[in-house]
Amino acid sequence: MTGELSTGLGLDRVLVKVDGTIIIDGITCAIPQNTVTALIGPNGAGKSTLLHTLAAALPLAEGRLWFNGSDLLAMPRRTRARMLALVEQDSSTELPLTVADVVALGRIPHQGAFGDISLADREIVGHALLAAGMQDFANRAITGLSGGERQRVLLARALAQEPRLLLLDEPTNHLDVSAQLTTLNLLRTLAESGVTVLAALHDLTLAAQYADHVIVLNHGSVVAAGPTAATLTAELIGTVYQVHADVIPHPRTGRGIIAFSPRE
Amino acid sequence: MLWFIVLSVVLITSVTVAVTIGPATITAPDVWGSIVHHLGLGANPLSPLRDSIVWELRLPRVLTAGAVGAGLAISGVVMQAITRNPLADPYLLGLSSGASLGAVAVLLLGSALLLPVAAFLGAALALALTLLLAGMFGRITPSRTVLAGIAVSALAAAITSLIIFWTVTGDSYREILGWLLGSLAGARWPEAGIACSAILVAGIPIMFSGRTLDAFAFGDTSAATLGVNVQRTRWIMLTVTALLTGAMVSVSGSIGFVGLVLPHAVRLIVGPRHRLLLPLSALVGASFLIWADTAARTFFDPRELPVGIVTAIIGAPVFAVLLARRVRS
Repeated sequence: MTGELSTGLGLDRVLVKVDGTIIIDGITCAIPQNTVTALIGPNGAGKSTLLHTLAAALPLAEGRLWFNGSDLLAMPRRTRARMLALVEQDSSTELPLTVADVVALGRIPHQGAFGDISLADREIVGHALLAAGMQDFANRAITGLSGGERQRVLLARALAQEPRLLLLDEPTNHLDVSAQLTTLNLLRTLAESGVTVLAALHDLTLAAQYADHVIVLNHGSVVAAGPTAATLTAELIGTVYQVHADVIPHPRTGRGIIAFSPRE
Repeated sequence: MLWFIVLSVVLITSVTVAVTIGPATITAPDVWGSIVHHLGLGANPLSPLRDSIVWELRLPRVLTAGAVGAGLAISGVVMQAITRNPLADPYLLGLSSGASLGAVAVLLLGSALLLPVAAFLGAALALALTLLLAGMFGRITPSRTVLAGIAVSALAAAITSLIIFWTVTGDSYREILGWLLGSLAGARWPEAGIACSAILVAGIPIMFSGRTLDAFAFGDTSAATLGVNVQRTRWIMLTVTALLTGAMVSVSGSIGFVGLVLPHAVRLIVGPRHRLLLPLSALVGASFLIWADTAARTFFDPRELPVGIVTAIIGAPVFAVLLARRVRS
């Protein structure tokens, strides 16, 4: 399944250590091309560490990473930054940059070292703002925005990178219900237009509603992976999260809603 | 672009007007007449005495002030960007004290090293020590870095004082103290040469790194995912600031707050994007220090103040305001 011949994102025996401790313990799995894949698992399962490793922001101790046939870690940084974007959780700045300036940072890997923002760049920035629903905020200072608004600006910045692989760490954190649905719908649209999306999600119901595939992480290992409905079962959730779980159908979509109760 | 032209004109005017100010009456045409003459492009309109006041005394001093101001402002911008610390400045993080220690060691103990090299090594060592100390107790935060900088400054200053205490006698004590507080009184062509070379070698190349510095706005991870080689960039940038600070301290002593205050002032006008911030801070820093030094040498004429006192009187309240704003947010 993995390797240079496959499409999508492939992880081959990926091992990551942070301060000498193994956080990701030799994972092999595949994220299918042009789908939304949810990365789920309890706190400390290694979701953020894995996303940072995939973005080459943390070093890989062992293993290989493939994306559409190329070795992700062997390519030059700028080439990788034109192909891959990461939306971090709770990323902030003290600089009073405007929202448009922040989104324009996403054009850095596409510009020459001495280049400035071109007209074409501005157009892409405008599209990214529109897609993230932040077009009315373009001239506002990023430092004056709420956590949820900032989160959507950072999503727009990632879109401005025009990535083929989009990694998101808890993209719905801080968002109100409506903004959560808007963001996840946007991820679906992106996947349909040819972006491979991998998002760490805390909300299992949202994962069940929007993801094509899920990868379930626990203690640095993949405990289950596959199509959402078949993988995200009550038994699995119960085991992984140490709770009692029921999966009931959503009255409108028919997809799963996960209900929790404490274990006896 | 408009700002660039306006501030360049301000700088050229500042150089010209600052040279005319002083006990001997010199006019602006005199200044340019002397410059044109010494560039080999015309007869000298000035008497030899007045020409030497312009060419030997005032002009090199004003040019040194400009280059030092620009260098400190650039160092401040780069340090604030790379450490994501709005309080970063060569003076607060201990670089200036480290550079002073290096310079004093060479001046008084007669080491074989060249003065600017010793100052650079002192600055680099102090910076390394500050960052090491700040990182020793976990995450490097802006306030921790400033506290570590204070500790390193105090240590470097104590060793500097010790060296002075053991070696200096009589009048030279006053001279070395004046230099330590930051003074351009001794600036002639060699000093102007060192300061201007530092701007050419280290300052100008940094001007082209604006987008790279922008990429650090949201931290190291964010910069890495935008295609920046974070570790290499950090080392290059911090080495360059140590180089600039070392060169500037070796000609002027440690002048505080220029690197802290001017980037903030320029940010208020043109925003935080580094492509504009770097060159405009350099221009404003140059003009600012030229006027601070002009004030230092004329206010209490015939006595001179060390220019470091002038910049501290202006800079310390601004630092306090910045600190108060941080506490509130």
